[in-house]
Amino acid sequence: MSAPSSQRAHGRALLAELGVHLLVLLAVVFALYPVLWVVALALSPGDAPEPRVLPFASHPSLEHFAAVLGVGAGSEAGGGWLFGRQLLNSVLVSASTAIVAVALATPAAYALARFDFVGAKEGERALLATQMFPGVAASIPLYLILDALGLLDTRTGLVLVYATTAVPFAIFQLRGAFAAIPKDLEEAAMVDGATRFGAFLRVVLPVVRPALAVTALFAFMTAWNEFVLAATFLSREETFTLPVVLQRYVGEYDARWGRFAAGAILVSLPVMGLFYALQRNLVRGLSAGGVKG
Amino acid sequence: MASLTLSQIEKTLGTTPILRGIDLDVTDGELVVLVGPSGCGKSTLLRTIAGLELPDRGTVKIGERDVTHLAPRERDVAMVFQSYALYPHLSVRENLAFGLRLRGETSEAISARIADVAQSLGLEKLLERLPKQLSGGQRQRVAMGRAIARRPSLFLFDEPLSNLDAALRGEVRVEIKKLHAKLGATMVYVTHDQVEAMTLADKLVVLRAGRVEQIGPPLEVYKHPASRFVASFLGTPGMGFLPARAGGGRVKAEGVDVALPDGLAAHEGDVVLGVRPHDVRLLPNKTKGALQLTVDVVEAMGFEAYAHGHIGGKPFVARLEGDAQTGVRPGDVVGLDVEADGVHLFDPKSEVALTAPPARTKGAA
Ligand SMILES: Nc1ncnc2c1ncn2[C@@H]1O[C@H](COP(=O)(O)OP(=O)(O)OP(=O)(O)O)[C@@H](O)[C@H]1O
Ligand SMILES: [Mg+2]
Repeated sequence: MSAPSSQRAHGRALLAELGVHLLVLLAVVFALYPVLWVVALALSPGDAPEPRVLPFASHPSLEHFAAVLGVGAGSEAGGGWLFGRQLLNSVLVSASTAIVAVALATPAAYALARFDFVGAKEGERALLATQMFPGVAASIPLYLILDALGLLDTRTGLVLVYATTAVPFAIFQLRGAFAAIPKDLEEAAMVDGATRFGAFLRVVLPVVRPALAVTALFAFMTAWNEFVLAATFLSREETFTLPVVLQRYVGEYDARWGRFAAGAILVSLPVMGLFYALQRNLVRGLSAGGVKG
Repeated sequence: MASLTLSQIEKTLGTTPILRGIDLDVTDGELVVLVGPSGCGKSTLLRTIAGLELPDRGTVKIGERDVTHLAPRERDVAMVFQSYALYPHLSVRENLAFGLRLRGETSEAISARIADVAQSLGLEKLLERLPKQLSGGQRQRVAMGRAIARRPSLFLFDEPLSNLDAALRGEVRVEIKKLHAKLGATMVYVTHDQVEAMTLADKLVVLRAGRVEQIGPPLEVYKHPASRFVASFLGTPGMGFLPARAGGGRVKAEGVDVALPDGLAAHEGDVVLGVRPHDVRLLPNKTKGALQLTVDVVEAMGFEAYAHGHIGGKPFVARLEGDAQTGVRPGDVVGLDVEADGVHLFDPKSEVALTAPPARTKGAA
């Protein structure tokens, strides 16, 4: 190969690379633009943000954060106590939903993946059908049921409601994970001296751990972000979850955008943290290497 | 160690009968190899012995115990899977320890056993690794080690070498043979590699479509195949089969005129003559021989050569040794002599090997 042509090829490759990076940059900006706006709003003092193109706060201040957290000037009646309580509600409801979903879905998904039993197919189809309805469609019957059970305005009630959609979803996720585990592994464990349940505990569960983590994370996130049902079933401020709290900042008569934005950022932080902590599980292969690939 | 007795094992999966009445005796310390074409039920039989499949009929006895209805863990067998089935979340050490822990061995006993097994299989440096950090050959050895560490009364191997390359397979085959000698263990070994079958087996079992076609010492089975199926299954290149007519102590067909050895001389009528490539001798200078082979291709292997061609329209392969290989060219018609004990006759319909003279002839005489 002659030197000039190789140089030209090199130049072209460089240009192509630049083009790709530019495209990625554009996509990132496009995706982040609204987020940056939220950050800017949260940092801008006052409640009347002037519309502009570039999302930067001209006089950044933490006053909205302070107000949301209930410290410093302009905080709500009840102050920090209330926000803390609502944060706790969100954490408890979301974590319980995740635990209930994974705990119930694990045996169900395993059975569906491994055993042939009467009604397996029909059951699976029924589960799929529940996923096709938006949760809101069931809100009125759910309201009546919760009312009858005396669970309106309680965290337990909300967890039950969330579980109705989280469990089927988790079953689907985990069924795939279980089906991907070679049967040989369990059989090897049983020949080695384990009972069927022992093989499940000692071999199957550890191997699907990443899938369990991811499934729990999704259930947690869905519950954490859910607004419509929470707003329907909760009416007392002490039982609110954070999305409901946030929405109250932007009321019919006054829109406190600054607080809303600060609250939104505070609400997304835990989920971001969870994602960061679990990201290795999100990408890790399930049973890499155990059985010859 | 223990013996194994299978009687009248039948198993249907779905609607297909997979095992159709299998009887098998494995004596204490014997290495029995099950061979047969893909899908003939080898794995299913092994899984039945392990307790992973429940037979529809028949009994499985290990030693004096009837284990037909016992769970796998109660049978004291160890199995090496074709996929190795190493526990992906456990280190090599933990893989080896898995079965021992479940059996409630003390941790000193476990460490000692692992050290012993690791040393004999050369796994010492790999003990802390995860399965995904091992090569195929290393995984295979861990799988073997996991079985050996258990010291079971019966070892089951399901094509343990089929995922290794040819060179490694040869090595491990020898290792298994040594291991068997050292442990004196009872082993049932499934393969469809006939070199493994011939070299490892004390006793060879040829399965065909869920039935035992022939049982015997490997050389015995090789030399006296009970049917055309067994004959075609063992030996590479395979035995040539030539439809012919027997009569007057000879078999004849186009390009075929072979004298029958004593035991077979009385046969009359249509037969299939079977001759292995290794049982013919090339005649010099294109002399007319018992077989007239039209050569299509010559494969030179260095120490020997194979002449592929046809006799009377049927494919046939002859092994050529020594100088003979240089002279033969595609298109040549060469004469071959057949060793007396290389002559096999099969019934053209039932494909069963003909040995003693047929009853009909006896009655007429
Ligand atoms: N669950 C099942 N349902 C129906 N048929 C099955 C099932 N599992 C296996 N089979 C059939 O049983 C037959 C025997 O299978 P098996 O695995 O024992 O064969 P094999 O001799 O081990 O073959 P290979 O040499 O390919 O491993 C095959 O024809 C297979 O298709
Ligand atoms: Mg098999």
